[in-house]
Amino acid sequence: MAVLELKTISKHFGAIEALSQVDLELDCGEIVGLMGDNGAGKSTLVKIMAGNFPPSSGQMLLEGRPVHFHKPVDARAAGIEVVYQDLALCNNLTASANVFLAREKTRGFGPFRILDDRAMNERSRELFAELKSETRPAEKVRMMSGGQRQAVAIARTHLARARIVLMDEPTAAISVRQVAEVLDLLRRLREQGMAVVLISHRMPDVFGVADRIVVLRRGHKVADKAIKDSSPEEVTGLITGAIRVA
Amino acid sequence: MATQETREGATADVGRRMTRVTELPLVRKWLAAQPFWVTVAVIIICAVMSWLEPASFPTRDNFFNITRNFAYIGIMALGMMAVIITGGIDLSVGSVMGLTGIVCGLVLQAGHSWWLAALAGLGAGALCGLVNGAFIAYVGLPSFVVTLGMLAAARSFAVVLSENKMIYEFGPDGDVFMALGGGEIAGVSNMVWLLLAMTLAFGFVFRFTRWGRHIYAVGGNEAAARLAGVAVNRIKLQAYTLCALTSAIAAIMVVGWQGSAINALGTGYELRVIASTVIGGANLLGGEGGAYAALIGATLIEVIRNSLLMAGIDSNWQGAFVGAFIVLAVLLQRIRGSRAD
Repeated sequence: MAVLELKTISKHFGAIEALSQVDLELDCGEIVGLMGDNGAGKSTLVKIMAGNFPPSSGQMLLEGRPVHFHKPVDARAAGIEVVYQDLALCNNLTASANVFLAREKTRGFGPFRILDDRAMNERSRELFAELKSETRPAEKVRMMSGGQRQAVAIARTHLARARIVLMDEPTAAISVRQVAEVLDLLRRLREQGMAVVLISHRMPDVFGVADRIVVLRRGHKVADKAIKDSSPEEVTGLITGAIRVA
Repeated sequence: MATQETREGATADVGRRMTRVTELPLVRKWLAAQPFWVTVAVIIICAVMSWLEPASFPTRDNFFNITRNFAYIGIMALGMMAVIITGGIDLSVGSVMGLTGIVCGLVLQAGHSWWLAALAGLGAGALCGLVNGAFIAYVGLPSFVVTLGMLAAARSFAVVLSENKMIYEFGPDGDVFMALGGGEIAGVSNMVWLLLAMTLAFGFVFRFTRWGRHIYAVGGNEAAARLAGVAVNRIKLQAYTLCALTSAIAAIMVVGWQGSAINALGTGYELRVIASTVIGGANLLGGEGGAYAALIGATLIEVIRNSLLMAGIDSNWQGAFVGAFIVLAVLLQRIRGSRAD
């Protein structure tokens, strides 16, 4: 059964129709590449799933039950985490402090509690090991490579026991070598049974890791097929409109 | 050409030695920390002054004076540090100090007890801080503008409340109040003991509590902190309130020490307080700083001031030196920052 199911989702901003009648299913242990030109509705769709705003019409089912998100916190509580393009990390804090930000482990009694850095570093070390990333928990994020920063951002979602991870252009601003590192991280998430949505402009990345590809054009879903049945040429055609539907 | 080569060779050698030293993480951490170098500077200046002026500098009296003179600045710098770590600034600390001093004086003059005067001062300070914090955190105005407004407003309240008169007839509990700020324990001013205790307390809060972690997060990346679920607005409100409270504490101590309250108390102190935090290593862009940095920054400024006086340099030159040290401190940060990147 699909972990998240979107049914005939539409979204209007005044007279502008950003999304119209979009259906989407996400399964556990699957990476879905979400592609489309600028303004095709990718970020609108992601923002609806992340709880930034509700759809104008349509239904969202989480494990078969209808859900309504009013705030990002609602979506997060339901197990949907977003990894933002700019990664949203605090450069002046350590990797483990970022992983545990606003969810810090403390020790002590009653109201007299202090941060338990040792426990947080230990847990972060485990999370990084699961992701097979060479990220040191006690190192400041400022010093880290793009791949390591991704690992920190993803470890945050792990900590929350997310079931669905929405990745917004994770490979947009990093070097070629680090892209491979990030794609590996995505495969790790899939192995652990998460549903991953990869929003990307980069064809090779999507074809490198995704199981399925969804293409949006002008708010409509124009393709939703297994990656092995598609090709970069076809997807390019779908994005630009040279091919109408596939 | 030959000299060029030797120089390059020497630099490479120094570089190798540096890498060997910096392999030790603790040593590297120390060498990278500005408070460490400021401490070294303080020690060097003290050593040089003791050698130049053995009769007047390394004396008990002078030590007592120096420490007392930076104690109240240091106390305010601790609160300012919390604000600066969040990425803001509070320009109103001097005026808030003036206003709370007058409030204390008026309550004492009316014949009330010393603790009521202290409470009234703290209350007035907290109110100023809450107003600052509310406008900055919840209305979203820049801290620079809001606290500049408070700088003018609080000073004006102080003048109005005091009817522009000095308050020195403190009533029955005046002696207790004066003993509080003017007294000493084991040859060290009460104010200095208070500064030391508060530095330990602030250091603990900054380093070991969730609240401390969150002010650094807000200063490091406010949007990220908000996305992660940090209560950014509340944290900011609390930081400005805490800052104003330290101004009130400083006012209570100084009014007690001087035995009078004047509405000009604290005029221009915002510069010395902010300078202390920056010289100690706080980053005005937020996210960096610590309690010891506030203490040692305030110490350095006062030691320099005192040394200039002893060296017979006109006291009007002090501003130039303090100004130069602020710029120097930021320059040092910039150099360290570019190396880290």
